[in-house]
Amino acid sequence: MASFLNALPGAVTQGLIWGIMAIGLFITYKLLDLSDLTVDGSFCTGGAVCVMMMAAGFNVWIALLAAVAAGMLAGLVTGFFHTKCGIPAILAGILTQLGLWSVNLAIMDMKANQPLNVNKYNVVLSIRYLEEVQYGLRPIWEHPALTVVLFTAVIIAILYWFFGTELGASIRATGANSKMARAQGINTNFNKVLGLAISNGLVALSGALLSQYQGFAEINMGRGAIVIGLASIIIGEVTFGKLFRNFGLRLLAVSLGAVIYYIVIQLVISLLEINTNYLKLISALIVAVFLAVPFWRKRYLPKKKKEGQHA
Amino acid sequence: MLDIQNVFKTFNAGTVNEKVALKGLNLHLNEGDFVTVIGGNGAGKSTMLNCVAGVYPVEEGTISIGGVDVTGMPEHKRAQFIGRVFQDPMMGTAATMQIEENLALAARRGKSRFLRSGITKEEREVYREELKILGLGLEDRMTAKVGLLSGGQRQALTLLMATLQKPQLLLLDEHTAALDPKTAAKVLEVTQKIVEQDHLTTLMITHNMRDAIAYGNRLVMMYDGHVVVDVSGEEKKNLTVEQLLNLFSRASGSDEVNDKLLLA
Ligand SMILES: Nc1ncnc2c1ncn2[C@@H]1O[C@H](COP(=O)(O)OP(=O)(O)OP(=O)(O)O)[C@@H](O)[C@H]1O
Ligand SMILES: [Mg+2]
Repeated sequence: MASFLNALPGAVTQGLIWGIMAIGLFITYKLLDLSDLTVDGSFCTGGAVCVMMMAAGFNVWIALLAAVAAGMLAGLVTGFFHTKCGIPAILAGILTQLGLWSVNLAIMDMKANQPLNVNKYNVVLSIRYLEEVQYGLRPIWEHPALTVVLFTAVIIAILYWFFGTELGASIRATGANSKMARAQGINTNFNKVLGLAISNGLVALSGALLSQYQGFAEINMGRGAIVIGLASIIIGEVTFGKLFRNFGLRLLAVSLGAVIYYIVIQLVISLLEINTNYLKLISALIVAVFLAVPFWRKRYLPKKKKEGQHA
Repeated sequence: MLDIQNVFKTFNAGTVNEKVALKGLNLHLNEGDFVTVIGGNGAGKSTMLNCVAGVYPVEEGTISIGGVDVTGMPEHKRAQFIGRVFQDPMMGTAATMQIEENLALAARRGKSRFLRSGITKEEREVYREELKILGLGLEDRMTAKVGLLSGGQRQALTLLMATLQKPQLLLLDEHTAALDPKTAAKVLEVTQKIVEQDHLTTLMITHNMRDAIAYGNRLVMMYDGHVVVDVSGEEKKNLTVEQLLNLFSRASGSDEVNDKLLLA
């Protein structure tokens, strides 16, 4: 238990970082009703661009911005495959993801791993800060978890505003009923591409933050991102769905979902002292359970009749 | 207003399922025409509307609206001229969005959408007044998700959305067919009211011949991908269902088609 408590701040921070990528996925998966597999690649793209830019001497904020832009470009490519080449969204994402593997390696100078020395560069967060805060070497507000909370809050605020605008509403309409959207003069293809770009921009930002946090970018860092993202969305919905109806709160639920996911994983690791090679298996099982819960609920629990709703 | 000239549309061309749905279709609508369209199943009525709206490209012929050639224009661009209501009540609205959000989307038909607010306070007031006209009490449920509404309520809302931004052309594809008779009558009544009030040029497909005779100033009958009967004015007003059936068999040159056109 002690080892779990020790690991808790790290787990929460990781969860928050991945929560940003999950919010990106929420845009395509929930709002646009698209399954976008680009994310496994664009997550790493974000990390790679960030690390390489910083190593080249760019300011950390410029590096983060460049990472977001690179991610958006990846989304754009998937959108192009999907809308202009008529490739189904899932396949379009897989193609981009595959291609990105080479692109990511190229960005990282053909190395599978590129370190980022925390002492040499001015990062916004690092796993090292966790202990430094704990031992009083750093002020509490430099705790990595707080930094990511701030990022998340700003992102949710911007998205809340954006999806209330004419453009944002037309993206939502595209996902809700594309036939109706076109009948109302909405360019659904454009909106899908835009949504994919925004989504992957956030995914890349998340990757960039993780690379700073762990102090390196690595070619496999995005593997399984889609599963973690879906897990966060679903865990968030199962846990907070009844309470959180407002759009901003729904985004918050996604972020919290990611945190819960990482806490559960950490709990399993600490308590069962499991070989971390089993992590992927455990992740898959956790996601399967959370996916099954709403289904089982509907199936085996008798439904209460809704009142006051006329047909 | 609407000019359809010699339009051909084939589905699944070059396969065993090849189907020529429109065979040299010609139809001209004057400004303010309210045209009812009848015809048997598969006559090409929906295909005609879909081709006008830009859902499908056509192989041959031209379509123009208000003098603008729209033949090659994508669907979302054509929407600036056209209001549409579909047969399926689920089709015309976004179920997961609020009533007022749906209206706000419709109010921006044909306009560019940027980072302005998706719905303003003043708009809400306008929508409240417009919803009152429907007489369904929707003005008190403006933030309810459309998915909670009944089929009839959704059709009425779709109709309002189609006409909120006055369209040059209103396309109704059996928009009351999925409703119970009472609701259907109500939606038709609202349709009549809006069309008259805004002098909308309208194409209304129906399988109900009595409605086809009762509504509009002109009646068109389709058979096998083109128009076979076209009556208007006094002649249309005085039509009976029986005469209509006779007209149809003469135009299509056979009796068996009578069955195809039986009252819905
Ligand atoms: N998307 C499509 N793909 C293939 N064939 C189609 C398609 N849409 C229509 N058709 C075919 O084109 C022909 C005309 O269909 P259409 O839907 O226009 O008929 P309709 O007059 O509207 O009939 P109904 O009264 O049954 O609605 C039919 O033979 C139909 O099977
Ligand atoms: Mg039809």
